[in-house]
Amino acid sequence: MGEELLTIDHLHTSFKRGTKYYDAVDDVSLKIHKDEILAIVGESGCGKTTLAKSIIGLHDLKRTRISGHIGFENRELVGASPEQFDQLRGSEMGMIFQDPLAALNPLMRIEDQVREVLDYHTDYSSEKKHKIVLELLDQVGLEHPERVARQFPHELSGGMRQRIIIAIAIACKPELIIADEPTTALDVTIQAQILDLLRNIQKQNHAGIILITHDLGVVADTADEVVVMYAGQVVERGSVSQIFNHPLHPYTRSLLKSIPQADHPGDRLYAIEGSVPALTKMPHDGCRFAPRIPWIPESAHEKIPTMHEPEKGHFVLCTCYQNFEFENGEAV
Amino acid sequence: MWKTILRRIIIMIPQIIILSVLVFILAKFMPGDPFTGSITPQTDASQLHALKVQAGLYDPWYTQYFHWVVNMFHGNFGTSYQFKEPVMAVIGVRAVNTLWLSLFTVILTYLIAIPLGLLAGRYEDTNLDRGIMFFNYVTYAIPLFVFLVLGLWLFGYVLGWFPSGGSVSLSASGFGSVFSRFYHLILPGVLTALLSTTGTVQYLRSEIVDQKHQDMVATARAKGVPERKVFSRHILRNSLLPIAAFMGYSITGLLGGSVFVEQIFTYPGMGQLFINSISNRDFSVITALVMIYGILALFGTLLSDIIMSIVDPRIRIK
Repeated sequence: MGEELLTIDHLHTSFKRGTKYYDAVDDVSLKIHKDEILAIVGESGCGKTTLAKSIIGLHDLKRTRISGHIGFENRELVGASPEQFDQLRGSEMGMIFQDPLAALNPLMRIEDQVREVLDYHTDYSSEKKHKIVLELLDQVGLEHPERVARQFPHELSGGMRQRIIIAIAIACKPELIIADEPTTALDVTIQAQILDLLRNIQKQNHAGIILITHDLGVVADTADEVVVMYAGQVVERGSVSQIFNHPLHPYTRSLLKSIPQADHPGDRLYAIEGSVPALTKMPHDGCRFAPRIPWIPESAHEKIPTMHEPEKGHFVLCTCYQNFEFENGEAV
Repeated sequence: MWKTILRRIIIMIPQIIILSVLVFILAKFMPGDPFTGSITPQTDASQLHALKVQAGLYDPWYTQYFHWVVNMFHGNFGTSYQFKEPVMAVIGVRAVNTLWLSLFTVILTYLIAIPLGLLAGRYEDTNLDRGIMFFNYVTYAIPLFVFLVLGLWLFGYVLGWFPSGGSVSLSASGFGSVFSRFYHLILPGVLTALLSTTGTVQYLRSEIVDQKHQDMVATARAKGVPERKVFSRHILRNSLLPIAAFMGYSITGLLGGSVFVEQIFTYPGMGQLFINSISNRDFSVITALVMIYGILALFGTLLSDIIMSIVDPRIRIK
């Protein structure tokens, strides 16, 4: 494990709805090191993307309030100016988006879109930029870089476009890459290739990668550390083996139980009752997962849930994990 | 690129044929004939019959259609019964007037509408945006002919800043006549342009607001592109696509829309000629004008397609 790259402490990101602000990210703390892939998992609406956008400064500050502390290489990002973020983004931080179809400008040639990163962060000559673009396209596994460079996004497949997005994200060899569901819009064989590519890039560039996903299979294959988020909070945090071998929080255990098992075909798939509460209806205190496990007595939860560290480096929110069992009595 | 345009032009041929048949049928359905207006109690019935035979009015419809089309290809749309002049000569002068008025109006419309839409979209939800939207609703709510009459009354009559009719002052000559023509264009052009901005402003604003939230824009920001450049290179370029698509139509639309302006400003253009010809049953002029408007509309769509294929790489056909 390399040195510390990004430290988030008690981060709150709240959105304006009407006149009030609501926390979409509620008191999140985490760390990522160089040479590490940190996965953030959770259902849709649990605040993963909001967290990522807070790090890279993509929130519209007219409607969003961010407080807490984000430390990135000795710099404080909460409250950083748009100009500071413009400098940082692209050069030291890259972001990969979920939908490669929507993430490229349909009116610009691939070369121009990749080169745009170099335009704002380097003062290379245009020949050198051209050479770098071709190298990047080659590095992300695109055949015939010369031809691809001249093409428009609509002429490429989804997998190829996602490779372009990755090429854009890594153009300046950033220390931190945030990948927001990079494989969700792709089919399974392409998914595996893209994940391999991300791992290779991480090894070559010694970058830290934050991988946001709701696919636990992807996490098991790729990540070193895992953060499980529910309703804007981190409910469990630990290494991949800790999370997969001794999951603690009821939410993590339910998520793991809802993965289809190849060795038990024909079994009914487990589903967690209910859904993530809407932003404006988020309960203020008490365990936020309690409504979805109503068979667990109220006394099992903490009134104001706190982080516990039952084993080294493995954190879990609230005490309800201690006497949690599934509704039909399975302990798991 | 050229192939696309060629293909589009080939598609236009059957469209023009269908248009010509429709125009011909409509002309035939109109009550009366070119001689109706000149019948007096003294008219000799047999002489009238002879005239009609000579004009081919008793020929079968396909023969008449054929003659009409062949003549049209020779630029011969017949003689105006009202002006006793070849139709092309009658239309020609007025078409030039209308062309200047339309061109002036179109350019002015876009010069007003694009900056307004751009500012409203860029500074969404600010007082500037609200002001522009208010202006837009007002221009949308006022009927063009009311606005034109009011403008004519205020600036042409009460204040007397601009001429209230015609296309050129008769006493002007040389460079003075060019200036006089332009001077006559200003009031009708500006008034029409002010009311024609609505669609473009609204479209551009909502496109910009929509584009702002596209992933593509987030990608651009994630590259570290400064906000100003994100707007001009990514948001604006994509937002202008639908505006470009409508440009061709709006040009033909204005040629047709000139009916009101020209009538109110007694501006001797095609619109005014059209109204006059209808009230005077000048069939040959009417059919020629409908034909011209139809072909212009087809060329408008062609123009739109060409503009689109230039600005949007997804539309280019290989």
